[in-house]
Amino acid sequence: MRNRRKIVNIVMLSLTGACTVVIIGILLVILGYLFWNGARYLTVDFFTKLPAPVGESGGGMANAIVGSGKLLLLAVLIGVPFGFLGGVYLAEFGTGIFPSVVRYMTDLLNGVPSIVIGIFAYGVVVARMHHFSTLAGGVALGVMMVPIALRTTEEFLRGVPQSLREGAMALGASKARTIATVVIPAAIKGIFSGMMLDLARVAGETAPLLFTSLGNRFWSPGWDKPTSALPEMIYHYAISPYDEWHRQAWAAGFVLLTLVLLVNIIARQVLARTSHAG
Amino acid sequence: MSAAPTILPRSRVGTFADRLRAGDQFAYTLTLVCAASIFLVTCLLVYELWIGSALSREKFGWNFIFTSTWDPVREDFGAVPFMFGTVVTSLVSLLISVPIGLGAAIFLSEMALPSISDTLTFLIELLAAVPSVIYGLLGIFLLVPVLESVVVPVLKGTLGFLPIFSGPFYGVSLFSASVVLSVMIVPFIISVSREVLLAVPVDQREAALSVGATKWETTWQVVVPYAKRGIYGSIFLALARALGETMAVTMVIGNTPKVQTSLLGPGDSIASVIANQFTEATSDMYISALIELGLVLFAITIIINGLARLLILTTGGRVAK
Amino acid sequence: MSTTREPETIVGSINQEPLTSSGSAPKQAETIKLSTERLNFHYGNYKALHDISLNFYANKITALIGPSGCGKSTFLRTLNRISETIRHTRIDGRITLDGEDVLALDVTNLRRRVGMVFQRPNPFPKSIFDNVAYGVRVNGMARGTSIREVVEKSLHRAALWDEVKDKLHETAHALSGGQQQRLCIARALAVDPEVLLLDEPCSALDPIATAKIEDLLFTLKDDCTIVIVTHNMQQAARVADNTGFFLLGKLIEFDQTEVIFKNPAAKETEDYITGRFG
Repeated sequence: MRNRRKIVNIVMLSLTGACTVVIIGILLVILGYLFWNGARYLTVDFFTKLPAPVGESGGGMANAIVGSGKLLLLAVLIGVPFGFLGGVYLAEFGTGIFPSVVRYMTDLLNGVPSIVIGIFAYGVVVARMHHFSTLAGGVALGVMMVPIALRTTEEFLRGVPQSLREGAMALGASKARTIATVVIPAAIKGIFSGMMLDLARVAGETAPLLFTSLGNRFWSPGWDKPTSALPEMIYHYAISPYDEWHRQAWAAGFVLLTLVLLVNIIARQVLARTSHAG
Repeated sequence: MSAAPTILPRSRVGTFADRLRAGDQFAYTLTLVCAASIFLVTCLLVYELWIGSALSREKFGWNFIFTSTWDPVREDFGAVPFMFGTVVTSLVSLLISVPIGLGAAIFLSEMALPSISDTLTFLIELLAAVPSVIYGLLGIFLLVPVLESVVVPVLKGTLGFLPIFSGPFYGVSLFSASVVLSVMIVPFIISVSREVLLAVPVDQREAALSVGATKWETTWQVVVPYAKRGIYGSIFLALARALGETMAVTMVIGNTPKVQTSLLGPGDSIASVIANQFTEATSDMYISALIELGLVLFAITIIINGLARLLILTTGGRVAK
Repeated sequence: MSTTREPETIVGSINQEPLTSSGSAPKQAETIKLSTERLNFHYGNYKALHDISLNFYANKITALIGPSGCGKSTFLRTLNRISETIRHTRIDGRITLDGEDVLALDVTNLRRRVGMVFQRPNPFPKSIFDNVAYGVRVNGMARGTSIREVVEKSLHRAALWDEVKDKLHETAHALSGGQQQRLCIARALAVDPEVLLLDEPCSALDPIATAKIEDLLFTLKDDCTIVIVTHNMQQAARVADNTGFFLLGKLIEFDQTEVIFKNPAAKETEDYITGRFG
């Protein structure tokens, strides 16, 4: 009896360790495989050339890199102001039932699958303009950014000690001034890091772009034409039957994942340090 | 102090205060409008899904979610094969990821040194940051070949008598999609479960140990039950994510709308059929049916997410972002 | 070997040994149930206990008193080695239970024999019945008894039966603080421990609940040896046969309770007893 319990104890505890090893192993395999493949196929052309026509080798994804940049710029322009100011409202002004409704809606929106956000942007922008565009893709990504930007801002503003606010108010600063000059600066590092994580998340989003910015094998000047983006190119190239395109997909995956992970690692380090300080 | 007369004339004090109030009023209104935009966007989202799916809803009614024909040519649409694929892949992915995730969470909260636990958790949370299209890429070129050459032959050899492992393996299949999903959602389970396990008071562990329970008995019979609502919450959160996951699934599921017993055959899911067919949809009815699928997916994830948050909040654990 | 030693022989031979005024410390010619010999305890590099040598006599109540942070709880927690659950800690020296080396015993078996009740009531979020039954279930049952009998007997011994007999399957968290603590005592008693360690069991309770627990201790000592840590001197004076006074990680004095309170040998003890510090 006693022995059986001891054996169960050791076996089960070892199994939990094995589970951890499996997960970490998968992580290492994923990163290793992707980096090995990606680095092999990455060339300078990847960053400077347009996609080559089917059957020709070479070419790059310069247009997709620029396209991703433009889409993310739009996403930031939409997501950050609304998310940030909305977060300020929840943390500093919100009383009564309305903030709870907003908070609930935020969580709800955050849980909506990205493909459904794509349908939303399609209905609001594409269907009304009657064509696919960079703008539509940017709107989709921007809407995806808002909930997390908002909750991040709220969380970090709430982390600012009440005594700081009272100190500023006691000096005669108005509420708005206190928030702008004392509260927000105290929380800005955390908010900024949170926003970067948010941006890194939407940078890898593909589903909402498929029928908003659609994709494009050429440059996309302006904002009202279809554009390609890195994740969208990875998708189309990966499911294509051409080996050359597969190699390009690996290179693109390598670039995308490197950027996303770098942002994640840096932002999380900053967050860990700020939360320890606070 | 109180006896001293105010130096400033009353009127000037008034205007100064008024100016302050005006600035606050402006800040209040501006931030309120931005917060309200969330409310508007959510309502607009529901409105778009509702109006966009009007044609399909009027034509098929409730039959839409009870029939399994998907024929764009004759414009006859039913959601069953997609709902089937979404639910099956999500549930199978939970069957894989819950035991492993819970095991790892237990290890990280109960066994590992805090510094090691934090580092490993940091790495595991990075897994959650990997874009889904990259999981799809790895799914096609790494996972499917591995399943084909190693895992499926073993499964067929041992569990082949089960109907779920019968029939030929197509590479792209419900099973492949489930495995990819399980890797994608396991970080959520680990990260949230670890946190709720760490939040279990030390005295619960000590109480169990002091009546002679082993470490495992303490963990499994006392610590885990104490945190069970939070753990359920993490599972629901993971489920909601699995249900709505699009790219990785669409790249390995095979995109074949059919209901079948074997996991080894190709299938389709709600999210992936929308991703695949939306731009090809030529008629209004076709688009409307796809939007109605979006509405169904929206409804399912809202319910699951709501349950998850409820469970985690009532345990007092922090909701992972 | 310490079991064969008469209590008298431990007195005064080494300068770290606690003082006793009578020079013939605890006079009872009782058997020593549990004993420590030159016990040292380290948290990392910090030494929390210094050469504690102390005997606990069978069927007696021993109180450990002293100001906060004096090491009395730390000492108690070494006796069933629950201290081992905290990392970077180390026990040096010897602890014996019926002459057996505690540090060499199987730890789960040791803890079944040496039960513990904690500072705050810590019932499991299970039913009253399941709380008491827990230890029996993990340890297995003696032949010919049923879990129900054990639970009922334990609740009787903890003087809780009459209050809970009609709601055994309700959650333990619905009980009052004092009832919860008696439930925790019942839970500890259910596995029939030879020694019961209580770590300030009444510090979270009101005076009436405290009195009930103190009454209970008198009835319990017929079946087991009791060690109670308390910062409440009146409590020690009321319930304990012997009392040890701890200060700064050292055992200053150990003697019959009456002696400690009426005629302490050490200046520090007297200062503490008379309320000059601590």
